Amino acid sequence: MNVETHKVKTFMQKHDNQKRALISILQDIQAEFNYLPKEALQVVAETLEIPLIHIIGVATFYRSFSLEPRGEHQATVCMGTACHVRGGPKILEEFERRLGVESGTTTEDGQFTLETVACLGCCAIGPVVVVDGDYHAQTSIRKVESIIKKYKRKKS
Amino acid sequence: MKEIKKINSIEELKSTIKDQTLFRQAEQKAVLFVSAGTCGQARGSLKVIEALEKEITAQNLKEKVLVKVTGCHGFCEAEPNIIIQPHNIFYQHVEPKHAKDIISETILNNTVIDALLYTDPISKDSIPKEADIGFYKKQKRIVMGDNALIDPTDILDYMSVNGYSSLSKILDEKTPEAVIETMQKSGLRGRGGAGFPTGKKWAFSRQAKGNPKYIICNADEGDPGAYMDRSLMEGNPHRVLEGMIIGAYAIGAEEGYIYIRDEYPLALQNITKALESAEQMGLLGKNILGTDFNLQLHISKGAGAFVCGEETALIASIEGKIGEPRQRPPYPAVRGLWKRPTNINNVETWATVPVIFANGADWFSNIGTDGSKGTKIFSLVGKINNTGLVEVPMGITLREVIYDIGGGIPEGKEFKAVQTGGPSGGCLPKEHLDLPIDYDSLFQAGSIMGSGGMIVMDENTCMVDVAKYFLNFLRDESCGKCLSCREGTQRMWEIVSSITEGSGKDSDLDLLGQLANAVKDASMCALGQTAANPVLSTIRYFKDEYLAHIRDNKCPAAVCKDLIQYSIISENCTGCLACIKPCPQVAIKGELKQIHILDQNKCIKCGACFEVCNFNAINVE
Repeated sequence: MNVETHKVKTFMQKHDNQKRALISILQDIQAEFNYLPKEALQVVAETLEIPLIHIIGVATFYRSFSLEPRGEHQATVCMGTACHVRGGPKILEEFERRLGVESGTTTEDGQFTLETVACLGCCAIGPVVVVDGDYHAQTSIRKVESIIKKYKRKKS
Repeated sequence: MKEIKKINSIEELKSTIKDQTLFRQAEQKAVLFVSAGTCGQARGSLKVIEALEKEITAQNLKEKVLVKVTGCHGFCEAEPNIIIQPHNIFYQHVEPKHAKDIISETILNNTVIDALLYTDPISKDSIPKEADIGFYKKQKRIVMGDNALIDPTDILDYMSVNGYSSLSKILDEKTPEAVIETMQKSGLRGRGGAGFPTGKKWAFSRQAKGNPKYIICNADEGDPGAYMDRSLMEGNPHRVLEGMIIGAYAIGAEEGYIYIRDEYPLALQNITKALESAEQMGLLGKNILGTDFNLQLHISKGAGAFVCGEETALIASIEGKIGEPRQRPPYPAVRGLWKRPTNINNVETWATVPVIFANGADWFSNIGTDGSKGTKIFSLVGKINNTGLVEVPMGITLREVIYDIGGGIPEGKEFKAVQTGGPSGGCLPKEHLDLPIDYDSLFQAGSIMGSGGMIVMDENTCMVDVAKYFLNFLRDESCGKCLSCREGTQRMWEIVSSITEGSGKDSDLDLLGQLANAVKDASMCALGQTAANPVLSTIRYFKDEYLAHIRDNKCPAAVCKDLIQYSIISENCTGCLACIKPCPQVAIKGELKQIHILDQNKCIKCGACFEVCNFNAINVE
């Protein structure tokens, strides 16, 4: 098993092993492993005595959970209305083209996961892209390449 | 950071507040209020703060100048911005390189730096004072105003603007019933969207049988284009908490939750910090201020589901379940969290509560219109000059907000529509610009107030594309419980998509109307019941645009990809080569100083050439 069971157990203990804390526990697991590994969910199911199918139901209902490993960098393109009228969809297309993946998936080298968000609430500075928590304001098609480069460089 | 001591009585709280307000009044230092909400930080305000601090240290001015890191000042377009007191100067678009001049020239020499002043887009005048800027003039910032004055991470700073004085007054003088009576008299209606009278809601929760009772702050601000709740939680979290504590006292709740969106990290950080400070100070917990009133608040983090803004879905989510709404009644006031009586209000509503008690119900109800009292915060975004959060009295017209406060449409373009109320709302055309903004008039015009998003659209916005955008959003966010919503939003999206692709039929408009009614009538929660509004309002006001797509295969705003073509205007092309490199398809060929040629067969209409051309030589139609 490549998931450290004791870590998963600590997250549950933090919430007194309560069923009602399921979403918080899944959030903690995802923060630790960057996704929800199947083994971790099995541990949760056994410990909290919740059917695994129910956990998967919750995990797939909420957008912020991922059952697949995510890339090293998270690039999130805002699809809010204000970003939309200022050209957000074109920015997303450019990211898809440059990274060679569709929104919601991860590049083959595991470097980037490309996602969209309904609105980041920074409508004044749209179109907005967030990479690893850094906000990129007033992006344009031509800025996309340099944004990607910035994070790619970080790796080497 | 000032030390937080536990306060043991109402008297002690009152004297602490008094000390803090006197402390603020006696401030001898020059203060630089730097806006550092999420937008400010995205525009580099943290680096500006660092540069200012460095300069102050270098010039040995720590005893004379103070940098105060505040939340959002509302004027997002001007970020990062600084208000300097007592000089009363407003600087916009400040960069770290300006720090030296701000300290040496403005603070020490009293000289205004013209380059950092706001310039009126129409008169072209430079304006030094915040209050004289068109954006602020017509606003009435009773809920948001303190954002620009306080450090949101410092509970004592909130007290220095009379924060928690409403709470102290209430615990000292008012019974829970009297609190509810004041709320009912104030006429405050819920700011989250539905506009239900807040006092009435509180009364229902108080009267409901069952214990314990809960209160919830709905901070799952999901409407795309609305961010006033984020700004309040980032910039003045204690005002939200104070409102909740007052509400819990009135209703008789001893436990509560703040359900906050996962996408708002700074808001989460600041509200968490505020909660901890309030606990340390004894404003939350057991025997608050020595009374027999107890209240414990928890933070519950959302996980990215729009429908969880609906109250019953939100409750399910706090309970750790899939966030699906359930049938109402019973309303949460009767049967809510863990099946107990629960009162839910949104962030802006809670934040308005202390303001009402500080100034009185009559004062509050004198602001606004007959059916809509007080002020409302709108996020004025999209194709508008002065983007930002504006707090205005109810009853102000759309025209005043868009032109007087918003400064009109950029680049001399023509106003086409304003979208209010998020995905549940509608698009209003220029014929409705003189509509007074209140719950009822917006509803009659085919839109809603909603949570306060106001997205301005110009001639380059395609209304069919906007309808498609909202349908795509809704079919994605529909929880799937009701067939009418799950399938209906999907089918409506397919029909509108086909129109944008040039394969629409005249009969599609009737079909959309029928589907819209079915989705509205047969869906359980507001998401489905209002899902058709963006389509219906755009068909109602912009039928010509639909018909241009359907009959002429044309997108008049030149947005819908399948109906447009990019071409090079040879008279304007200078042969500068700028468009050649960005083209991902290598579809543009040309030599320096030769007119470039675009190969239509290769072009994927990405718009990269249009964006880089400085000579208006790319045509889209």
